[in-house]
Amino acid sequence: MSATVTQQAASASSPEGEPPASPVAEEPASSWEGESPLERLTAEQLERLGAELDAIHDHVFAELGERDARYIRRTIRLHRQLVLGARIALIGSRRRPLWLAGTAALSLAKVLENMEIGHNVMHGQWDWMNDPDINSRNWDWDTASPADAWRHSHNYEHHTFTNIRGKDRDLGYEIMRIDPHQRWHPIYLLQPLYNLLLMGFFEWGVALHDLNFEALRSGEKSREQVLEELKAIGVKARRQIVKDYLAFPALSALLAGALSGRRAGEGTFKSALAANFTANIVRNVWAHSIIFCGHFPDQTYTFGEDVLAAETRGGWYVRQLLGAANIEGRWLFHFLSGNLSFQVEHHLFPDMPSSRYAEVAPRVREVCARYGLPYNTGPFHRQLGSVHRTILRLAFPGGRPRPKPVPPPMH
Amino acid sequence: MAERGAVPQVPPLRRRALRLIGSFTSPLAPDDYLELVNPLWSTRELRGRVQRVQRETPDAVTVLIKPGWEWPGHRPGQYVRLGIAVDGVHHWRAYSLTSPPRRADGCIAITPKLVEGGRVSPFLNRGVQPGTIVRLGGVEGTFVLPEPTPERLLFVSAGSGITPIAGMLRALAAAGELGDVVHVHCSRTREDVIFGRELAALDASAKGYRLHLHISSEHGRLAAGSLEELCPDWGERESFLCGPAGLIEALSERWREHGDPERLHVEHFGVGGIHDTIGDGERGCGGSIRLRRSGIDAHSDGRQPILLAGEAAGADMPFGCRMGICHSCVGRLRSGSVRDLRTGRVHGQPGEMLRTCVNAPEGAIEIDL
Repeated sequence: MSATVTQQAASASSPEGEPPASPVAEEPASSWEGESPLERLTAEQLERLGAELDAIHDHVFAELGERDARYIRRTIRLHRQLVLGARIALIGSRRRPLWLAGTAALSLAKVLENMEIGHNVMHGQWDWMNDPDINSRNWDWDTASPADAWRHSHNYEHHTFTNIRGKDRDLGYEIMRIDPHQRWHPIYLLQPLYNLLLMGFFEWGVALHDLNFEALRSGEKSREQVLEELKAIGVKARRQIVKDYLAFPALSALLAGALSGRRAGEGTFKSALAANFTANIVRNVWAHSIIFCGHFPDQTYTFGEDVLAAETRGGWYVRQLLGAANIEGRWLFHFLSGNLSFQVEHHLFPDMPSSRYAEVAPRVREVCARYGLPYNTGPFHRQLGSVHRTILRLAFPGGRPRPKPVPPPMH
Repeated sequence: MAERGAVPQVPPLRRRALRLIGSFTSPLAPDDYLELVNPLWSTRELRGRVQRVQRETPDAVTVLIKPGWEWPGHRPGQYVRLGIAVDGVHHWRAYSLTSPPRRADGCIAITPKLVEGGRVSPFLNRGVQPGTIVRLGGVEGTFVLPEPTPERLLFVSAGSGITPIAGMLRALAAAGELGDVVHVHCSRTREDVIFGRELAALDASAKGYRLHLHISSEHGRLAAGSLEELCPDWGERESFLCGPAGLIEALSERWREHGDPERLHVEHFGVGGIHDTIGDGERGCGGSIRLRRSGIDAHSDGRQPILLAGEAAGADMPFGCRMGICHSCVGRLRSGSVRDLRTGRVHGQPGEMLRTCVNAPEGAIEIDL
């Protein structure tokens, strides 16, 4: 293997306004950090590693059956029951306990629907069931991004080019400097602020991100295409807004009014609207936190575009391993994070039903240990803390990649 | 994309009401919530509940299914596509309807015979429980009685080939139209005769129905020549033939050489490998095929269906039965016309979903695959 993880100098002195510098401006990796674990493996080792990970994947796929199908059907059923329960509770949202119960149930429902159901169904994790109702082709989720646009930007761009600077637009979502190799610009001084905004309104950020303004600027995408996609976002956004901020508050008000008088009805519109708004924010903050912990904690590596040139299947696997990080937690935590707390396993096997990640994790970890590769994981507070630390630090010029954990010796 | 059941006949008012409620359920449909209560209420696709399973022979059962919405009806001899989950995976199969078009209890019946090594028939024969929800696809098939009913009929069936013919016999019996019917049925043993008792009873009670059972474990395979003894006037009858390929081949030849092939109606059973050409429809001129999604250009000489032409050009084409039954291979037609190789009919509207396995291009076409 030739050097694959090269570093691009994050020099504040390079001329403003120029496209990101190509390898000319890159420093040798050793000046910033130790040798990448990817470089330590020979081509044969990479090939063997690829075969071992393929075997883990195939073993699970040979076993998929009724147990898995029942899991996703029950999860979907639970989501719908939570929604119904929440909507009923919110008829009485003028009363505090009911407001709290309804808002909690609705938040939970939205979290579950986006993370464990929507994200994973749209990845095609359940397509093996051949069930038209649980299928990546016709699933749409309870969030602002239209399904088609997201599938392209996420399944294809992000999962193929994971953590490749200049290719993976999820690296900082085009608006943040999350990696010291990105050239600093004064606008980034504001990034702690708009990170907070993004946290609260993450679904809208994702929807706009799917548009890929960069492609419009470079002419890769036609103006018509962007207009068409904007229209799709508009339609989706209208439906979401009408449902959460008009239809349900009005229905709750109407029912509350019918049950306990006109005054009650008027108050209910506002309290139900507030409940919906809160639930959307809760879901956004949660999704933002889990997703940012997936690739931006200190342990993760980023790569230059040159890794793609001769990347083998094994090399792709190692890049996924190095670019992703897990979050430790109990069953309920994994369930509510859509098993994206097993980000490493998700990136190795994006089409595997998420409910199987916990089961393959020890085997992935064991493979990592044998090949001297790090298995990135940590408690939630530490992962999240390191992400926000990076966002704060890189708002200012300079910065270096954070020290990486020392992988175990190969054996 | 995974296959769905047929669109059910839902009162228009109800559909409109559901569409209005959609503002509250988006991006889900009201159906998604109604299905929590009863999966049969789906207005997206017709579903059915398995009502009863009746054993017919050691390796065949009749499954009675109650559709969630009113059964749209069928012509005796037609089949229905059935979607059923076996070990978490949905499979689609076509089964002849053995029930008359309208039963008093609203149920439909299919009679699957066990195919060892199969996925669906072993489940239906051994595992399916009353209460199981299935998906019901479109009713199809051209193996039906002409109207008005011909005066003299000949049925030749073998093994599970009895199933579409049983549907016809039951309908004829119910309508009192068993005027002059000869039925030759081949079976390996006597116990294996599906609907054996019912056929015997009909033979005894209905004057116009004559049954010849040919038991191959005792008398060997039915020779094409023995038709002369069993039914000397076969050439003057409207004839229906359903069974394995060997039997169909042998008998069809007889009609081609000594009879009127127009009067022989044939139903092939089982999925027999890959067909080079489909059906007997008139052949057209062929044309170029632009597969828009994969960016591949293919060409058909007019005999080759789009599916085979695409595969020959290196495209990864979706497919299922490869004989026009299962709809797994469909793609949206963007421009051009196609010829249905089964009927020779030229058709095609932009936006139409096409079965690539039975259609060939008629001039240049573009399809979203």
